[in-house]
Amino acid sequence: MKTIYMDNNATTQVDPAVFEEMKPYFTELYGNPSSMHRFGGQVGAKLKEARESVAALLGCDVDEIIFTSCGSESDNTAIRSALNAQPKKRHIITTRVEHPAILSLCKFLEKKEGYAVTYLGTDEHGRLDLEEYRQAFREDTAIVSVMWANNETGNIYPVEEMAKIAKEHGVFFHTDAVQAVGKIPVDLKSSAIDMLSLSGHKLHAPKGVGALYVRKRLPFRPFLIGGHQERSRRAGTENTTGIIALGKACRLALDNMEAENTIVKNLRDKLEKGLLETIPDSILNGDKENRLPNTSNISFGYVEGEAILLMMDQVGICASSGSACTSGSLEPSHVLRAMGVPFTFAHGSIRFSLSRFNTEEEIDFVLETMPKLIENLRKLSPFSAEKELPTQN
Amino acid sequence: MWEYTDKVKEHFLNPRNAGKIEDADGVGEVGSLACGDALTLYIKVDDGVITDAKFQTFGCASAIASSSALTEMLIGKPVEEAEKLTNKDIAEYLGGLPREKMHCSVMGQEALEQAIKNMRGEAPPQAEHSHEGELICECFGIFDEEILRAIKENDLKTVEDVTNFTKAGGGCGKCIDDLERLLKEAKGEGVCETPNEGETFPAQGMTNIQRMHLIESVIEDEIRPILQADGGDIVLQDIDKTEVIVKFLGMCSNCPSSQLTLNNLVEGKLKEKVDPSITVREG
Repeated sequence: MKTIYMDNNATTQVDPAVFEEMKPYFTELYGNPSSMHRFGGQVGAKLKEARESVAALLGCDVDEIIFTSCGSESDNTAIRSALNAQPKKRHIITTRVEHPAILSLCKFLEKKEGYAVTYLGTDEHGRLDLEEYRQAFREDTAIVSVMWANNETGNIYPVEEMAKIAKEHGVFFHTDAVQAVGKIPVDLKSSAIDMLSLSGHKLHAPKGVGALYVRKRLPFRPFLIGGHQERSRRAGTENTTGIIALGKACRLALDNMEAENTIVKNLRDKLEKGLLETIPDSILNGDKENRLPNTSNISFGYVEGEAILLMMDQVGICASSGSACTSGSLEPSHVLRAMGVPFTFAHGSIRFSLSRFNTEEEIDFVLETMPKLIENLRKLSPFSAEKELPTQN
Repeated sequence: MWEYTDKVKEHFLNPRNAGKIEDADGVGEVGSLACGDALTLYIKVDDGVITDAKFQTFGCASAIASSSALTEMLIGKPVEEAEKLTNKDIAEYLGGLPREKMHCSVMGQEALEQAIKNMRGEAPPQAEHSHEGELICECFGIFDEEILRAIKENDLKTVEDVTNFTKAGGGCGKCIDDLERLLKEAKGEGVCETPNEGETFPAQGMTNIQRMHLIESVIEDEIRPILQADGGDIVLQDIDKTEVIVKFLGMCSNCPSSQLTLNNLVEGKLKEKVDPSITVREG
């Protein structure tokens, strides 16, 4: 059975060209870039090239990039750095729809370390209210952290505008751009964003490598203390293969940016339109106008997400769900709850996230398969549009 | 990905006895759309023996498999024997369920009890909680007696287990302390509570205006944040002597357990923080 992979917001296939690029650095070119000999030095030169590629994709300078181990490390570093650099400031502004890398950290800082956190809410499409944001600033606000694009709905947030507002208040602005980088254009030179997190495995590099952009002259406190690597801003011997892979992936992302926003977007639109048209009681979650080109989050009423995913798995289709049962928690995703998606739909949400490796044939197969699959599960369900809440209290 | 046994997978992919029995002798409905799983069980009984059983389930793979397994276990069984089935039997029949999914088997057991009661004319199909018990988990509407039973029958030791088996505590987490207490109680270490007799209440001696302000601020500062954390909201519409009229918004407005929220969270808080004679209704 062929695997149809439509879960690219979870992780992506390593591009074959990326794998080729990193391979020699596992085997013959294993030197330490910090060494004095040429054997290590040549690896250092390659890292420099990778750093240039990442900077080119982000539109920033090479010395504004710090390589990390993952998006979560970048996020933790950014928030901790802002707090440690401004010890008198005890307030954080973020949103209710952030990735757990930010959300759990903020909850932790609130509970264990006594920081105050404002969580901005969203409307039913997951959009933020900039007026609420403006009102949220306090004298002691240390940092704003707002994701560039949401992993579940694909919603794109107006981070550039929000960063300008933060700047007016003299507050640091961080964005978790893990889902945005490589999918939509980013140009940090022309923006007021102070810090930005990205993750390699979301853009066809392998897992275990990420980066943090820190604007020049922004006060910074390292998270990992030790050696002088990354100009003493992140200790630990460099993940040379990962960094080289990330560099190559960023170069490819730049080359493929247009395709991502035309070819991939067209496939996504075809999939979305087809599913919504052929499957009754299905709704789109998120902001239809301001979304990543690859993501579509659709809820199928009266059926449960885990059951849908396992049925899809039977025919080789990989996707994700915001349902309670898939997460191991008992409640649907915090993103859908923040948006107030009705329970009828919240438990039956499926996220399709495409990449440049998806084909039209795959879309056609999903469109052929899904209606019957949902219909079969609905036959088992005690609920339907006619009988939504059977003799409920 | 969950580690389901082959039997769970098989029952999920090929559910037995799915559907309705139009002229069922007993029907049991448990769960709700809001909670993320629900089961309607139909039984047909002839001469004290269950001759047919069917189910309709909204839920994950293990909920569907548990329902399917339950119907297979029931068909051909005398009602007296069926009554003795527990959630453990359902889980064992399936070769086990992931710990986090045990509540699916508990749902089966509850639907069966309800269907038998309904068959005997003792209850409507839909499970109604006897409101004599204490509501512990507001998010999923779980009462103390269900929790105590699950603790005893499955020998549960930790709060996490209680959540796995009953879902209680799996939402906002506010009832975790209560769950700890019930675990102790079940072990026979019940704690004696002293009644608060002759105690004064916060709004005692206040003018009407002061009282109204207090009600407003309790709703604003103590009730709204809890509801908002779950995507819901509430507005104060009117105050008529000791009657407070409110309106639910957002997720709360279509939540089937909003009545529970009204009685337990909203009224409870206002009784505690303002005046014990306060009643609350939806406008």
